[in-house]
Amino acid sequence: MSTIQLHTEEQIWDYLKEVTDPEIPVLNIVEMGIARKVEVGENGNILVKITPTYSGCPAMNAIEKLVNEKLEERGVEDFSVKLDFAETWTTDWMTEEAKAKLKDYGIAPPEKSEEEDDFLKNLSSTKIVPCPFCDSFETKLVSQFGSTACKSQYFCNNCDQPFEHFKCI
Amino acid sequence: MSTATKELIKKDAFLTYLLRLADDRLILGQRNAEWCGHGPQLEEDLALANISLDLIGHATALYEYAAKIEDEGHDEDYFAFFRDDRDFTNLQLCELPKGDFGFTIARQFLFSAFSYFQYERLKEAKDEQFAGMINKHLKEIKYHLRHSREWVLRLGDGTEESHNRIQESFDELWMYIDELFYMDEIDEFLIDKGIAIDSSEFKDEWKKLVEETLTEATLTVPDWDQFMMTGSRKGIHTEHLGHMLAQMQFLRRSHPDAEWK
Repeated sequence: MSTIQLHTEEQIWDYLKEVTDPEIPVLNIVEMGIARKVEVGENGNILVKITPTYSGCPAMNAIEKLVNEKLEERGVEDFSVKLDFAETWTTDWMTEEAKAKLKDYGIAPPEKSEEEDDFLKNLSSTKIVPCPFCDSFETKLVSQFGSTACKSQYFCNNCDQPFEHFKCI
Repeated sequence: MSTATKELIKKDAFLTYLLRLADDRLILGQRNAEWCGHGPQLEEDLALANISLDLIGHATALYEYAAKIEDEGHDEDYFAFFRDDRDFTNLQLCELPKGDFGFTIARQFLFSAFSYFQYERLKEAKDEQFAGMINKHLKEIKYHLRHSREWVLRLGDGTEESHNRIQESFDELWMYIDELFYMDEIDEFLIDKGIAIDSSEFKDEWKKLVEETLTEATLTVPDWDQFMMTGSRKGIHTEHLGHMLAQMQFLRRSHPDAEWK
């Protein structure tokens, strides 16, 4: 006779922490703020809700698949993974620890996102982003778009290194 | 009118509205994607590919919602790959061939500036899922607007060659801009329901942003009162859309059950 192993919400969160973002492998989807909710139903059935970062993000299908694989691997039997669009993902959901990891990885982390009331007035101004390698502010924006939708490209005039900035949305 | 009939009209109107928004983004996204591997420099190749991904992502979300509202078992791929040119209601502006880099930038600027004002208002729509979607996409539209505006300034105020070419692009695009503000009974019906917005309310703001940008870029603002094209929201298109759809839809129509997920 096989017994059905029930999993607690805490365990599920731990499993989710083992799933990393395919485009930023130093970060897991919990600290990224992509995994939003874990609900354990009366019969032990699990619902995991994930929120996409960018609308066209090609990593999203991969992440959904990875979550499914991870839960199966951990022996979770009755579960479903749902994409949740009701909430809008923001870089503010990223933990401080995650931002520190990003910086160590060579990607300038996003700052706190502000409501851009004067967006139209500031169309020409560009954000000054400190270099993740040498902390210098002598940097310039090369392009608003980087290797992925979530990043822009900068260059540090102090240490002569190009680097990416995780856009703040 | 019975409540059931009213609901039916609301459903059809909202479906049409979602498809108009989605078609614009799919078609323009597809045009921009033509730059992939052909960008004038690596950064711009990446930028246009990213903008293209965003636009197609926005279209996908809108199509998915449209399919849910329509409730006839269609999915987002059905709307993108199994409709003919006359079924598409995208702006003619979006379907014009990509032209040179300046033309692509000029079009993206006009469209992004419009989308910015449009989405700023639409994010308050009285439909939770729709408003959530709009709010998310708006954050990305701001990047598109910043990017294309910077390039309008750089090309306009650049060399004689870049100045002349982007001026010609704006001149050529001008007769397609009136359609951005097209409204009919679909819009009016949904404005009453708190879902759609009245685009005439922000037309002056949009014109001001366009005028200021072109002037700063040392370009001449074409005549606002010149001849303007019309008809795209009713499925009337330029000769370019059919060719583009033939290419875009060919694979999926040849292998209708193929899955690429």
